[in-house]
Amino acid sequence: MEKIPIIKVGDTLLVSIQSDLQDQVATTMQSDLLRKIEQTAARGVIIDISVVDIVDSFLGRVLADTASMARLMNAVVVVVGIQPSVAITLIELGLELKQIPTALNVESGLHLLREKIEQQQNGAGSNGFGPEEERARNGHG
Amino acid sequence: MKAQNFHDILHKRKDEVLESWVKQQIPIVGKRGVTPDELRRQCAEFLDLLESVMARGASFELDDPKSAPIVEFLKAVSRERVLKGFTPTETATFVFSLKSVVLPLLQPLAKSEESFTSEVMPFSILLDQLGLLTFDSYLDTREEVITRQNLDMAELSTPVVKIWDGILALPLIGTLDSKRTMTVMEKLLQKIVETTASVAILDITGVPTVDTLVANHIMKTVAATRLLGAEVIITGVSPAIAQTIVHLGVDLSGIQTRATMAEGLKLALRMTKQQLTDEQRRDGVQPLEKGAQTANAQKGRS
Repeated sequence: MEKIPIIKVGDTLLVSIQSDLQDQVATTMQSDLLRKIEQTAARGVIIDISVVDIVDSFLGRVLADTASMARLMNAVVVVVGIQPSVAITLIELGLELKQIPTALNVESGLHLLREKIEQQQNGAGSNGFGPEEERARNGHG
Repeated sequence: MKAQNFHDILHKRKDEVLESWVKQQIPIVGKRGVTPDELRRQCAEFLDLLESVMARGASFELDDPKSAPIVEFLKAVSRERVLKGFTPTETATFVFSLKSVVLPLLQPLAKSEESFTSEVMPFSILLDQLGLLTFDSYLDTREEVITRQNLDMAELSTPVVKIWDGILALPLIGTLDSKRTMTVMEKLLQKIVETTASVAILDITGVPTVDTLVANHIMKTVAATRLLGAEVIITGVSPAIAQTIVHLGVDLSGIQTRATMAEGLKLALRMTKQQLTDEQRRDGVQPLEKGAQTANAQKGRS
């Protein structure tokens, strides 16, 4: 069965999804990723879905769940490269993915990831601030 | 041939018919900016076409390919009149007024009341058909104009402009319905991808009323933008709108809002400046241009 490659770059894991995801492949990706986080003690994960044309409610939930699971293992997940049409579909489905930090591309995703990790190290991440508050705080600068 | 007399009149007394027909129409078309010469030309052409239709003698059918010249001609006339602002009645008068010109000429030729009726009927039916045709094409053209205007309006009313490095502005004018929200959202997201902007300022100064539906549309746009990793600032929240939003119980607490576009821009600069300095620190370089811009922005603020 098709497998999604997970690449380790420094202390970051890069998951680049290169085709539309079948449900089974998505769940396999989820468990593979968690295992890899455990093995490498990675602090950050970037999931690049820039070539994915279809994100249905299932995949949306898998992504949200993966982020929550990774957070339990002390890793930050950033989803990058959501296409405009995909974003609109997700909103129409009522999936705002508020708990997942998102970025436009891998580069800005890496920046965002570093910010998040720094925040965590400074203790901001562990005092009950959800991504929403963090975002608002970022906004206020 | 049934309408023989009519055909004869058209053939032999065309100038006479044309003259009184044109005279009758001048008061109507004059005020819409059609010159008498132009009217005369149109009328003459129509009479010629009508004569050739009558000459065929067969019953007239609109979808007969042989009728194409006169049908096309009438469509063109109607179209032209729509664009000049004619009312439907004024447009249809072009054909119908011919009746009152021709009927008095036909009457003396009729030998009896019955023959007059049988003479007039085909002529009358033909003109009715042609008159209705002008109605149809009038409506078609109107429809086209409205569709085009709708498209234009949708285009014009949703400009997404890049106003600074990484900052987009989207001034919304007019009522927000689901369809427009869709257009706005698509254009905004597309532009974010193109320009890799990180902040979008949504200015609702030109939105007359904000109800729960409009607020919902705005929330959706904000959520979609966040999925692309950009932030949205809503500006142009007037006192009246602020009151409405709170009275309606709409929760915009997760979204940055400002009263004016200027305030929004200041906030956006602050938000992107944070990124700029972070970037500079990380990369260990001082991008000259960006640094200068930030300095300007600071100057502007103080």
